[in-house]
Amino acid sequence: MLSINDLRASIEGKEILKGINLEVKPGEVHAIMGPNGSGKSTLASVLAGREEYEVTGGNVVFEGKDLLELAPEERAAEGIFLAFQYPVEIPGVTTINFLKTAVNEIRKYKGEAPLDAAQFLKMVREKAKLVSMNDSLLKRALNEGFSGGEKKRNEVFQMAVLEPRLAILDETDSGLDIDALRIVAEGVNTLRSPERATIVVTHYQRLLDYIVPDYVHVLYKGRIVKSGPKELALELEEKGYDWIKAEVEAVG
Amino acid sequence: MSTETIDLKTRLITDFHAREAVLNGEASSEFHQKKRAGLARFEQLGFPSIKHEEWKYSNVRDLISVSYDFNAESSIGLAELEDLKVPAQEANILYFVNGRYNAGLSTIISPVEKITISSLAEAYKNDPSKVASFFNELTKDADDAFTALNTAFTQDGVFIHIPDNQSVEHPIILRFVSDAREQNVGSQPRNIISVGKNAHVKLAEAFRTLGDQRSFTNAVTEIHVAEEANVQYYKVQNESENAYHIGTTQVRMLDRSHFYAGTVTLNGKFTRNNLNIVLDGEHCDAHMYGLYFPDGSQHVDNHTVADHQKPNSESNELYKGILRDKSKGVFNGKIFVRPDAQKTNAFQSCKNIVLSPDATMNTKPQLEIFADDVKCSHGTTTGQIDEEALFYMRSRGISRPEAMSLLMFAFCADVVSQIKIDSVREYLENVITRKLASK
Ligand SMILES: Nc1ncnc2c1ncn2[C@@H]1O[C@H](COP(=O)(O)OP(=O)(O)OP(=O)(O)O)[C@@H](O)[C@H]1O
Ligand SMILES: [Mg+2]
Repeated sequence: MLSINDLRASIEGKEILKGINLEVKPGEVHAIMGPNGSGKSTLASVLAGREEYEVTGGNVVFEGKDLLELAPEERAAEGIFLAFQYPVEIPGVTTINFLKTAVNEIRKYKGEAPLDAAQFLKMVREKAKLVSMNDSLLKRALNEGFSGGEKKRNEVFQMAVLEPRLAILDETDSGLDIDALRIVAEGVNTLRSPERATIVVTHYQRLLDYIVPDYVHVLYKGRIVKSGPKELALELEEKGYDWIKAEVEAVG
Repeated sequence: MSTETIDLKTRLITDFHAREAVLNGEASSEFHQKKRAGLARFEQLGFPSIKHEEWKYSNVRDLISVSYDFNAESSIGLAELEDLKVPAQEANILYFVNGRYNAGLSTIISPVEKITISSLAEAYKNDPSKVASFFNELTKDADDAFTALNTAFTQDGVFIHIPDNQSVEHPIILRFVSDAREQNVGSQPRNIISVGKNAHVKLAEAFRTLGDQRSFTNAVTEIHVAEEANVQYYKVQNESENAYHIGTTQVRMLDRSHFYAGTVTLNGKFTRNNLNIVLDGEHCDAHMYGLYFPDGSQHVDNHTVADHQKPNSESNELYKGILRDKSKGVFNGKIFVRPDAQKTNAFQSCKNIVLSPDATMNTKPQLEIFADDVKCSHGTTTGQIDEEALFYMRSRGISRPEAMSLLMFAFCADVVSQIKIDSVREYLENVITRKLASK
């Protein structure tokens, strides 16, 4: 489904991703962990198409298409979804209106007729229930004045509405209380299917208790320096990153 | 160039004397004496050059380089004016074509025995001394050539008088149409609006040009807001690529009154709006909202004044603009707090999005505060579209142009939502949506 080959990217002349390789198959969940500043959000942003990053090498193939050739909106329409680590506040645009535009733009891309107001509302209500998203938030300006947890929940809600093939969750667990964490994780799990895949960026095992990964990768200084089964996350939780850093330095 | 300048001025003065010669007895009337004083003022001031502090960024050279027919006839019909649809029975609609009232096109539904809504010419016929006493009362000290010129040439406009404690249930919509299909046309409407104690009214002035020839509108509106009155006043300009518009709205507010102004410039070659509010009472509040969207080589200049003369009043101002292509915007917001005006609250903000490197915006807040116990704030921002927001929207599948127009529409929303006449607000929403989607 997604194949990342020796991907390199830089910003303002500084190389952040230094050759990433990752293979994601339908139905899989991959967790990406790693110390602060190692490049996890950068990887997520490059996959979503943020234009500030310059791709300096490698390639990314998504469902047979050269992903890096596509505009961010085309990637979304092809089925990529990024839950932002820091969701953006957009005054004056309501969450509901924003989502309606998004849904219908994607339908247009696929050559489908737009949903009418009733169909859209019915669908949105179901999805809102799925992640216990409060109705009043839908009518407010997108993320404006939302609490940290409400913003994260809104990301998962949007994901539920857009039903992406590949969801990338960038620290969606941070800022969530225990109950919210469970609800959000359940939302993610409900969407899991043999056709869909998820990349979960997180610092904590507790999310992975709910969303159990097939693989865990450690990103350090712009490279994936270690990959393993779900137990690797437990080991990291226990021992921290020093031993991995030491391994990397030893190899040089 | 300078000979042309002299030309229009001389032509206008000559024209004035020619008209005066056929006035007979009317020449000695109070009304005409005021017009004469206006002419003298205009003669003395002359058209401003960019050396004039108030006209530094707005050059009228182009505007005065040609002549205009101020008496052009027009056979325009309602079919050509359907852009702003106001459902019948929902508003008083008065049409002014090339500056003169057109009774055939207009509908007045408010009870005329209670409320005077008529053309200035007709009001003058009915009650010359009343109209003459209101005429130019608020603008008599204006140090502005265009206001003086309007005074000298006042022929028509609207005269609205709302007695104390009356509420005008239906909004009043004044439509000023310049028919420039055949020739360069000029008009100088003068509107006089007197709102009595505890009276309420919503009114809008909508300016429109038809045709490709030039139009020059030099409009002056005087609004008297008595104690406890509530006035919502909107000005909408959707004129042509060849339309020159200079307008002054002069407002005087008395104790505990409320005044809301919304000025929206959708289109026009050269626009200069002066909105001057004198808060001549305690516990008044004045609100000024503005919005402008120049593109091409259009020029929009908004000059506003909130003049606090008495204690305990508040003024609140928000202007927003989106500038494209090679357009120019000017905002000059003056706040005066006179020595007596303790406990004044005055807020001003001007925010702009500049979408092209060739577009420019000049903003100048000007605060002159002579009292010590006041709260004043002002701020201006000029920036580009928020790239973070744009990426967020695109990452959800919304195309760049669609995301841009959503963001820009949202940017305008807090001004548009202030327009409390539904048909006018809906009209604005439609035109703005179309305008934002066009590029
Ligand atoms: N706009 C930018 N300009 C300069 N450096 C940047 C910019 N954006 C990111 N970086 C740098 O790139 C590096 C990787 O950042 P990134 O956000 O990808 O880290 P991360 O792994 O997501 O960290 P965290 O766990 O704290 O979220 C950091 O050193 C960061 O400072
Ligand atoms: Mg990060």
